[in-house]
Amino acid sequence: MKQRSSILDRLFMGLVFFFLYAPIFLLIIFSFNDSKSRTVWQGFTLDWYVELFQDSAIMSSIYTTLLVSVIATVVATVAGTFAAIGFYNMRRRWRNPLITINNIPMMSAEIVMGVSLCLFFVAAFGLFGTAAQWLNNTLGTNLPTRYYLGFPTLLIAHITFNTPYVVLAVMPKLQQMDKHLVEAAQDLGCTWRQAFWKVIIPEIKPGIVNGMLIAFTMSVDDFVISYFTAGSSTSTLAMTIYGMTKKRISPKINAVSTLLFVTVLILLVIVNVREAHQAKAKNAARS
Amino acid sequence: MKKKLALTLTLTVTTALLAGCSGGGNSADARVVNVCGWGENIEPELIDQFEEETGIKVNYQTAESNEAMYALIKNGGANYDVIVPSDYMISQMIEEDMLAELNFDNIPNFSLVDDRFKNLSYDPENKYTVPYTWGTLGIIYNSDVVKEDVTSWDIMFDPAYAGQTAMINNPRDALGIALMKLGYSINTTDENEIREAYQLIADAKNNGVYQGFFMDEIYDKMEGGETSVCTYYAGDYLVMYENNPSLRWAVPENGSNWFVDAMCVLKDAEHKEEAEAWINFITSTEASLANMDFIWYSTPNKEALEQYPAYYEEQNGEPLDPALYEVMAAPQEILDKCESYLGLPEETRTLYNDLWNELGI
Amino acid sequence: MKNRLSLLAGPYVVWMALFVVAPIFLVVIYAFSSAGGGFTLDNFAKMSTYWVVFVRSFELALIATFICLLIGYPLAYIMAKEGPGFQRIAMVLIMLPMWMNFLLRTYAWMSILENTGLLNQFFQAVGIIDLGNLINGWLNNLCAGLNDLLGLSLNTARDTNMEYFKMINTSGAVVLGMVYNYLPFMVLPIYSVIMKLDHSLLEAARDLGASTGRVFRKVIFPLSLPGVLSGITMVFVPSVSTFAISRLLGGGNELLLGDLIERQFLGSAYNAQLGSAISLVMMLVVLICMYVMNRFGEGEEQAVML
Repeated sequence: MKQRSSILDRLFMGLVFFFLYAPIFLLIIFSFNDSKSRTVWQGFTLDWYVELFQDSAIMSSIYTTLLVSVIATVVATVAGTFAAIGFYNMRRRWRNPLITINNIPMMSAEIVMGVSLCLFFVAAFGLFGTAAQWLNNTLGTNLPTRYYLGFPTLLIAHITFNTPYVVLAVMPKLQQMDKHLVEAAQDLGCTWRQAFWKVIIPEIKPGIVNGMLIAFTMSVDDFVISYFTAGSSTSTLAMTIYGMTKKRISPKINAVSTLLFVTVLILLVIVNVREAHQAKAKNAARS
Repeated sequence: MKKKLALTLTLTVTTALLAGCSGGGNSADARVVNVCGWGENIEPELIDQFEEETGIKVNYQTAESNEAMYALIKNGGANYDVIVPSDYMISQMIEEDMLAELNFDNIPNFSLVDDRFKNLSYDPENKYTVPYTWGTLGIIYNSDVVKEDVTSWDIMFDPAYAGQTAMINNPRDALGIALMKLGYSINTTDENEIREAYQLIADAKNNGVYQGFFMDEIYDKMEGGETSVCTYYAGDYLVMYENNPSLRWAVPENGSNWFVDAMCVLKDAEHKEEAEAWINFITSTEASLANMDFIWYSTPNKEALEQYPAYYEEQNGEPLDPALYEVMAAPQEILDKCESYLGLPEETRTLYNDLWNELGI
Repeated sequence: MKNRLSLLAGPYVVWMALFVVAPIFLVVIYAFSSAGGGFTLDNFAKMSTYWVVFVRSFELALIATFICLLIGYPLAYIMAKEGPGFQRIAMVLIMLPMWMNFLLRTYAWMSILENTGLLNQFFQAVGIIDLGNLINGWLNNLCAGLNDLLGLSLNTARDTNMEYFKMINTSGAVVLGMVYNYLPFMVLPIYSVIMKLDHSLLEAARDLGASTGRVFRKVIFPLSLPGVLSGITMVFVPSVSTFAISRLLGGGNELLLGDLIERQFLGSAYNAQLGSAISLVMMLVVLICMYVMNRFGEGEEQAVML
């Protein structure tokens, strides 16, 4: 595919990127605007950045977002990797339907996922409440009988929609892996555990890392599913923003997104520069 | 080995999560009250002050509309203790046995409430509620665009302002506006009248009169001049007016809705005592004054309402414009023309919901 | 041996049964029950009223998907032709917006498209609005002339006093929001499939005398179909079920399926049973569409991302 791209190609690409980035730059520019207006520029200020750090609602929603994303990503990565290895070692008869179920959260509309989990949690809470009541009455325990949507349900929902992505990222790496590798390792005296940690995991590591990244991205960006499962007392950044879009958006939110954007940009630049260096080093070593 | 470990881990995590889902368990060590109000409808400093005075932590959350709050409570999404619904929603919730009877011994400040706001139709024996704010529904318009004198609801359906008008985004108020324009009662249960009102809105919508249907988004749109005509609440008009002096307020001559939002405690609230402490605190004259100054909705506290112009002068160093005070606390002769929303029978509510869904189609 | 490793999937299978299968099962139960709890088909009977919403949602989502394909395919193709360094940067540029909350990006479009928004301010300043009025005037005259001459009834009432172009609160704005938000989902899978194409195949085609256009039509495009199909799915499904985009850019004038569902659960018309029924029907229609489409492409069922 090594053909030169024409000026027209470049122009087209430039236009698409302009389309993608114009609104984002607008957000960034107006985070420095000395007025609440979203469309009229009235001078430069850093006030919104100062106020941002004093706004407890925004800060706590950032905290919630990061917390739920990190925990959900870790759990999903572990569970997804194990699940992928498990699926891979199953008979086709079992594997195929399970993979189809695994694909449901990715393929179905987010709103359906959110709604179904919401209904499920509420039904489950009803059951637990009744059970707790019964236990309290018969055994004299003091279990709470009322349960509400909140951080735990939010976390469960995030794990549920994150894990399939990890499974999907790990599976192809397993399929690429030489099937005899594990057997060879065992023939050479490896125990099961050693074979698992020293052979399988290193082979599929790129898939795991990839899956982890996707999971984290999905968690941070998610709004719809969180909206239906977090209840009223817990709020992720996306939910806080949605709440604000219903009233008026304070430029503080522009400031948050500018900070987020810059952070991600720096991270991506670092990662990519490092990868580029590694690739170069590899090429140099090869030649 | 590993499998067992994984399984145990999963189980432990699930149990821990479940334990986290309950709001109850640890209420003994930390006193908390979960309050749900409307957006920009409380002076934030009052929350700090209450926390300092009583040591009770306030989780203040907001809902978008009466209907949204009701839905959230119904589907278990909310662990509110105190809610501040409007009159018609209160009577519906009392009917559905969702509210707790208050212990007025814990709310001595209730005696400060003006008798006009006690024993109202939604709570005739005043067992469940303490009024929080009251006001009227009215038309807000931008005098740069609308040159005529606005005196009736007709303007909400006027093609002359097509594309400049915004309809309110909740079924009770929207259909209420149409009913008032047609000269019917806003509490009618006559299906034909309600359908006629619906048709009026639907026709206006199809003729492109409305930019859209908005709730609190309207602040930004009115202040920025994006929208020129809308219907909203008196207190909110004053906030918008502060940011855009071209805006004007009108209560139509043939009447409007006057509403009371009142504080109630949910039946299964876990912090009832704390909730009553909060209600009592908010009803005090000092809190009412501070709150009124911040949210511009008038208070039912008689003393506070009378003292407010003086309080305003003291706080702002200039006298309060009597015209603004009149918007805030509509005088009795305007209230006499207005009607308040009553709870509707189940059938009518279903009709409202169905029509409301159809309107979006 | 094989079986022992397969047990590793155990916890996740339990998890799926609890949090994927059971909730969906519950939606089905809700869809068939009345508010009181008994079995009923009423929720589906009511569905005929909402037929228009179904049609509108699928129509807008289809248009958005088509535009995404129209922009996304050439973009992915051009990107794949570039050198590795450039590709890397382009990939980062495509991914980066996804890290910025989609509600915010959509909200930014609101400031751009509003009647008093940035684009209209710009048009006003440059004189495009006056030009529009002028052209409308000409068109009106022209049509009037034609009407007189030929007895036609062409529209002569085009607005010649526009102060702004009406862009926000229209279905066009909603489609724009969908395209803007979901375009990366179209580009990424197509790009990754094109990147994986076997170069020797292309060389062989060229050696056998195929022109560049022919190579594209006969080799590259058919081989990139799996990427196209998964791109279509990944754009279509979120578009058809969105509710925030239509609310922000559509002004709540024309409900989409997502709005309707949200309204039944957390909005102004609480009715979880009806909401479940709508969700169920929507998912069924989407599934059927996807099944048919995959049959066409005989494509792989898995989404290719990154």
